[in-house]
Amino acid sequence: MSDIGKYRIKQLSIFSENRPSRLGAVAKVLRDGKINILGFSIAEGAGYGVIRVLVDRPEEARDLLTKEGFVVKFTDVLAIQMEDRPGGLFDLTDQMKDINIEYGYGYRSPPYAVLIIRVEDIDKSIEKLIAGGLHLLDNVAFH
Amino acid sequence: MPLSELKSLQLKELKMLVYKLYTFSPFYRQKMKGKGVTPEDVQTLEDVTKLPFMTKKDLRDGYPDKLFLAHPREVVRYHASSGTTGKPTIMGYTQNDIQNWSESVARGLVSAGIGTDDVLQVSYTYGLFTGGLGLHYAAERIGAAVVPASTGNTERQIDLIRDMGVTAIAATPSYLLHLGEVAEKMGIDIQRDTKLRMGILGAEPWSQRMRDRIQDRLGIKAIDIYGASELSGPLWCECSEQQGIHVWSDLALVEIIDSATGEHVAPGEKGELVITMLQKEALPIIRYRLGDVTTLDEEVCPCGRAHPRIGRIQGRVDDMIIIRGINVFPSQVEHSLMTNPEVGNEFQIVIDRKGALDTMMVRAELRPEAFGDRVFELDAIKDRITHKLRSTLNVGVTVELVEPGSLPRFEGKAKRVVDKRVL
Repeated sequence: MSDIGKYRIKQLSIFSENRPSRLGAVAKVLRDGKINILGFSIAEGAGYGVIRVLVDRPEEARDLLTKEGFVVKFTDVLAIQMEDRPGGLFDLTDQMKDINIEYGYGYRSPPYAVLIIRVEDIDKSIEKLIAGGLHLLDNVAFH
Repeated sequence: MPLSELKSLQLKELKMLVYKLYTFSPFYRQKMKGKGVTPEDVQTLEDVTKLPFMTKKDLRDGYPDKLFLAHPREVVRYHASSGTTGKPTIMGYTQNDIQNWSESVARGLVSAGIGTDDVLQVSYTYGLFTGGLGLHYAAERIGAAVVPASTGNTERQIDLIRDMGVTAIAATPSYLLHLGEVAEKMGIDIQRDTKLRMGILGAEPWSQRMRDRIQDRLGIKAIDIYGASELSGPLWCECSEQQGIHVWSDLALVEIIDSATGEHVAPGEKGELVITMLQKEALPIIRYRLGDVTTLDEEVCPCGRAHPRIGRIQGRVDDMIIIRGINVFPSQVEHSLMTNPEVGNEFQIVIDRKGALDTMMVRAELRPEAFGDRVFELDAIKDRITHKLRSTLNVGVTVELVEPGSLPRFEGKAKRVVDKRVL
């Protein structure tokens, strides 16, 4: 089980106060750095948000954003491949029932769909998910 | 009594006060010696300028009762106001102090036109804050009936005004406007359905514009009242002419100074208000700098009284803000914020008025180290900061976490308060 580290996907979490065009400012930094966004979500807090992004070159993206004054953290998340059809998410739920999911979001990546989750104990979760027969994406698929 | 006679009475009182303090109070004696003054140097009323100033800092440093002159046995009451570092300042009162305080407010109420037939609802907080009890004792002294409503439960306050035939209310101007709005929602027309005809309004800054609005909307006379806990509490108000606040000369001496030089300003010019309480016993107050900016008018009032009048308070010489009658210094906010490792040193205070009530928001910059992807962690940080601020300031406050570097930086004196209130 020494290679389970490859299933850890580096997600950028960006603190954003509730101010017009903060999202635009993040997107501009990434565009100017020619960084591609692979997955994306916004979580809302009380008067601020957390922008979560998966990109092709996370280190570079973090450096560029930090230089522009953004507060950026790396968070390891998991990417689970789903069938892109009705029931695709449901098919995973049985194998995921012992996993404590903090948050998740999904996107389509034809021919598949992908579920991104942050979990409480990432290594144990990886083992359980693989043992359950789920297909976790390797971080090579992202970075 | 003409002003000249009032002034010779003041001189007599001032001389006695200075002699008493020099003889019995180590604190004042030391202060006077520091300026090289002895009681013999006070021969005219103008000689008051030779005496040292007192500030809030003296009271803070003297916490709780180091500046008290009366024996604890003679003290019959304590009040307290919140201090800039969370340490309150304590005021003590002898029986005479309570009498003189009540007398001062009572005279003001009478000059405004309140008498035995009136029912005064006191909607200032009762307790350590001086507003509630100050008005209460004064109204009883002139034989008016008091409804000691204190603050809160606005609908019940409105019921009381209607059902008890309340003719006058003592409150902050913003609270009275709020009360008016609530009454409207309840289907009660203050002008038609109640006997309310006067408001004794103060404990926060307000303007002529706000007075006009209150008088128009509620159909009452809005009287400006002034005071400070250090001086006893609420003390002086406008007479029915509404042309300035009479300061009773036998009880207090007014000076208006240039806050930079400490010198008197020219007659009629605006400057910092300085008060000497001529008869206070438990906690004597000499040349106390209030920090409030106003003017002094020594002309005889159209009402016939010769006691000089101070104008509407036009602002502060420091950065103190008054929210719902409670004094807040940005330094208090700073102290409280600094106890939270999750936020930086920069902050901003945004004051606004929602409807008729003041709101205060503190914006603080999140430190990058404190950020960790989880929203609930951010919410917890925010709640913690809010809770600490509320217990330090004793005032409702909301907190906004902002990105580091997003608040304005200052090279000179920081301007941390954004006051959006239209007074």
